[in-house]
Amino acid sequence: MTWLDALLILDSTLRVATPLILCAMAGLVSERAGIVDIGLEGKLLASAFAAAAMAALTGSAWAGLVVAIGVSIILSMIHGFACITHRGEQIISGIAINILASGLTVVVGVALFRQGGQTPSLPREARFPSLDLPGSVSLAELPVFGPFWAELVSGHTLPVYLAVVSVPLVWWLLWRTRFGLRLRAVGEMPAAVDSAGISVPWLRYRALIIAGILCGIAGAFLSTAHGAGFVREMSAGKGYIALAAMIFGKWRPWSVLFACLLFGFLEAGAARIQGTPLPVIGEIPIEVVLILPYVATVVLLAGFFGKATPPAALGTPYQKER
Amino acid sequence: MSHTPSRPGPAPGPVGSSYATPAIRLTGITKRFGPVIANDAVDLEIAPGTIHGIIGENGAGKSTLVSILYGFYTADSGAIEIEGRPAPILTSADAIAHGIGMVHQHFMLVPTFTVLENIMLGAEGGAMLRGGAAATRAELLRLERDYALEIDPDAVIEELPVGLQQRVEILKALRRGARILILDEPTGVLTPAETDRFFDILRGLREQGVTIVLITHKLREIMEVTDTVSVMRRGRMIGHRTTSETTREELADMMVGRAVSLQVERIATQPGAVAMAVQGLTWHDEGGVARLSDISLDLRAGDILGLAGVSGNGQSELLDLLSGIAPVQEGRLVIGERIVDRSAAMDPAEMRRAGIAHIPEDRHRRALVLPFEARENAVLGYHDGPQTGSGRLLDPTAMQAHCETLMARFDVRPPAPRLPAIGFSGGNQQKLVLAREIETEPRIMLIGQPTRGVDIGGIAFIHAEIMARKAAGCAILLVSVELDEILALADRIAVMNAGRIIGEIPRGEADVTRLGLMMAGVEAAA
Amino acid sequence: MKRLPGWADYILIPLLNLSLALGVAALVVLAIGENPLDALRVMIEGAFLYEGAFGYTLYYTTSFIFTGLAVAVAFHARLFNIGGEGQAYLGGLGGLLVCLAFDGWMPSAILIPLAIAGAAAMGAAWAIIPGWLQAHRGSHIVITTIMFNFIGAGLMVALLAGALMRSGQSNPESREIADAARLPAIHDIANALGFDMASTPLNLAFPLALLACVGVWVLIWRTRWGYALRAMGESGSAAVYAGIPVKRMIVTAMAISGALAGLMAINTLLGAQGKVVLNFPSGFGFTGIAVALMGRSHPVGILLAAFLFGALFQGGTELDFEFQTITREMVLVIQGLIILFSGALSLMFVPWVARRIGRA
Repeated sequence: MTWLDALLILDSTLRVATPLILCAMAGLVSERAGIVDIGLEGKLLASAFAAAAMAALTGSAWAGLVVAIGVSIILSMIHGFACITHRGEQIISGIAINILASGLTVVVGVALFRQGGQTPSLPREARFPSLDLPGSVSLAELPVFGPFWAELVSGHTLPVYLAVVSVPLVWWLLWRTRFGLRLRAVGEMPAAVDSAGISVPWLRYRALIIAGILCGIAGAFLSTAHGAGFVREMSAGKGYIALAAMIFGKWRPWSVLFACLLFGFLEAGAARIQGTPLPVIGEIPIEVVLILPYVATVVLLAGFFGKATPPAALGTPYQKER
Repeated sequence: MSHTPSRPGPAPGPVGSSYATPAIRLTGITKRFGPVIANDAVDLEIAPGTIHGIIGENGAGKSTLVSILYGFYTADSGAIEIEGRPAPILTSADAIAHGIGMVHQHFMLVPTFTVLENIMLGAEGGAMLRGGAAATRAELLRLERDYALEIDPDAVIEELPVGLQQRVEILKALRRGARILILDEPTGVLTPAETDRFFDILRGLREQGVTIVLITHKLREIMEVTDTVSVMRRGRMIGHRTTSETTREELADMMVGRAVSLQVERIATQPGAVAMAVQGLTWHDEGGVARLSDISLDLRAGDILGLAGVSGNGQSELLDLLSGIAPVQEGRLVIGERIVDRSAAMDPAEMRRAGIAHIPEDRHRRALVLPFEARENAVLGYHDGPQTGSGRLLDPTAMQAHCETLMARFDVRPPAPRLPAIGFSGGNQQKLVLAREIETEPRIMLIGQPTRGVDIGGIAFIHAEIMARKAAGCAILLVSVELDEILALADRIAVMNAGRIIGEIPRGEADVTRLGLMMAGVEAAA
Repeated sequence: MKRLPGWADYILIPLLNLSLALGVAALVVLAIGENPLDALRVMIEGAFLYEGAFGYTLYYTTSFIFTGLAVAVAFHARLFNIGGEGQAYLGGLGGLLVCLAFDGWMPSAILIPLAIAGAAAMGAAWAIIPGWLQAHRGSHIVITTIMFNFIGAGLMVALLAGALMRSGQSNPESREIADAARLPAIHDIANALGFDMASTPLNLAFPLALLACVGVWVLIWRTRWGYALRAMGESGSAAVYAGIPVKRMIVTAMAISGALAGLMAINTLLGAQGKVVLNFPSGFGFTGIAVALMGRSHPVGILLAAFLFGALFQGGTELDFEFQTITREMVLVIQGLIILFSGALSLMFVPWVARRIGRA
């Protein structure tokens, strides 16, 4: 394998991992605040649809992004209304959001475009273009670094860069700001936050808003950057893989990023090795490779390598005693 | 004992010292939780710069009272004044703004955070942590100098011993500028040495002018560290005293109260063979704190062993071990031929089959499944037995009949087998539990707080039933915080304090004063 | 919290939640620019009036009964089994393997029960692992069952496109099982008895589903095991006091739950389709959650809720034909709303209703 081959695999790994990273960061912020978010899948799907629909109607990817974020936040707020305000079961609310998104995207899609639930194929102008970073041409001739810069670093769409930036940003927000300190505290021990005179519900709502924004960007990536329009069920379980990556990364931004890249690499690599027999093991069906993230997560949760400790108050609605 | 506590006099108040404005004045604080009155028109006044104790049994309403003061609950009626000014405290933020700090019984610390992060939480000093962190470190150094409260700001809470965690709680309050510090059962988690050190800290804080409210159920602590003390019982304020002018006996008497004198027809029996021997039980909780130390007891047929003690001194843990709910760690139980120890455990089902009935202290969490119908609760723990019918399936007719029989014999009202347990009064719930456990004619009964929350008529009935079981040859362990109950029923009385048996005396030699001293941790005079 | 009388708790509140869900769905239809009443009429006609419609409705009902019961059994122990989808899928594999091995020679009377047992066993196996991990390793059952849905789906794709793929086919699906393994269709039976009945996929799995309802009712409310299960679900601490072996109960509860989900496969494999096709559970495992929530985990409620969803699914397909703008995915929207209102927001109406009743 040449350096260029390796770069190409890493390049597609990054693309595959982009929605995972954004959704996993969304899940991380939400779960660090104590709210289980299995509605990532639904938010991703709904915002992918919203972005493509808006971009198709207005011809602007930016308008699509804004609406995608808006739709994703609305779903987050429904989740919050059920789980924070009414202390409902967080898992059930998440499932409801996923199924709702699954139905609404098609229903609204058919109503708007009459294309069986798809949006029209988006023209170049209505999508996020690849961004050529300075030097991608002039530096390309340099050995080793040149191809690295030109192939791997440069030439991605805006959401990819946003995904990469989201990791340090989430880390900074959670570990360097007052808001982050309180947010992490509310996921571990809401009573301590309450007793310090800080509103538990408002903190949790804000965490869900941030999760909504991140999922919205991920959705826009799927339909207006990576793809050229929305197709039914285009999230295809990525929200759940992101959830798995978040657990696999033990709710820590950099580890979660690593897990997303690993899972992305498995998928990108699986597509490449399909049909090629590997040494010793022979030919592996692509499906077996694709389920590895889930298997790994189950094994991790069972405590067979290391212990994944979720935030202590995760999933429990906060109520003062009595 | 001549003292008969009653409602406090018209002017609650300044006992002993004289001062201009009280740090805290509470008037007519009332708080209900559903039908339960947790605080009933409570008055309280505390002088600035003193250590004031509030003492009372579990459930006396102490914690509710201070939770209201700290804004965790709001009172249904009543007024709060802080340093002479009316202070409508609706939230914890209000309380903090009024200079009140609270150290909760269960620490309000984030276990995975560092000391510094916990102290900063809610008082970060800006949107970015960096600046606030530096300021907090400086402030911690100052507090360390002024109050001799050393702490490593970068230690993670869950890795600190509880004594230091508590120090963090105090520092948290002081960092927020607290002039009034409420401590809810602060010593429950501390070792004796840690407790002594902790009291030194409290005295130091008093020197600096901090007003301290100490909630406890331990007499020793009140006598040792407080200036003044108030006693609560069943939601009411019973009286106020200057600590130096009162005695343990008087306070114990006020705490426990003169219950309506209990008339039980005693039945004399000749104690029989040892049915269960408890030998050298020592037990540590998950945090590694010893809750029981070297407990040895004999339960004899036709004999009631009363276990007295202020609640929280290991009685609950002992009952859990004897009934098989918690596994034995050190020591052993000998039940007839069987030996239960670390390597040979018996679960609650096996214990039941061995003829051991258990009436748990916590009716709502343990003894009953509250949403279940009475007839379902009437077979809890015996659902594999004939109580549920003889066939392969549950027989609702049999369960109904079984429940009706129990209800008739134990006068459970209303006699409605299909009513969920939550719909019965406390006394009737307890009768149902007692009926279920007695009906199997067990050889050994473990009884915890049999009359907690039970009305007077119910108490007499339950006492008579327990006595009847003894007469029938049952070996009974009776755990109660009501001394009168122990004195009325038990043949022998053992007293627990801090996880140990302080002593065991025959009923004839026991009186409230002597037991009170033992409960306070003073060894029985031989 | 205030307790409501039984009729309010079991009838009024679910109806309020259902109306709210349908109301919001009606708003969606309005927003699309169609008349909700027209849509409702089309769905009712599609579910009940057209020739064979009712048979289809009951066919879907059958699947929903199984997946709904599966969720309910686990939920009585306060275990959230959202792996019904994967358990049904693997149940199909279990039934299929039995058929593939024996359908050449074995008579129906042995083969069919064996295939049913195979489906139940594989479904159970796929639920036992998450159950065991929950009981003994503390892995959160919700997450593991989600992961097992995907693992199961991956395995099935690999098998259906690989070892089990029908030769000479390009679609990933199994070969058809022999007629001896097929559950008779109801219309065939009816026709044989002289009744005229349109051909529908409704088959003998339907009466089996009704039997399962009775079975689950007996299990939960008439066996000692069911008693222990409910006690554990309502109060873990009381269950420990009562000497109920909590860990073992978790594993067996999940096994039964998974077996019921696995039985959904007999409706398709042994009944309507005669083969295992890619992704045959088509979300019905998730619909089981809605069914169980609406049916308040009681077999009678589940039967009614499954029938409602059966009608919705069958009526929903009619939407595709009658409207340019509304599709059957409207049913998914309704399903999502029902889960939201009767699941996550189930308590929203309770204080309000309690006040109303209290005043009356």
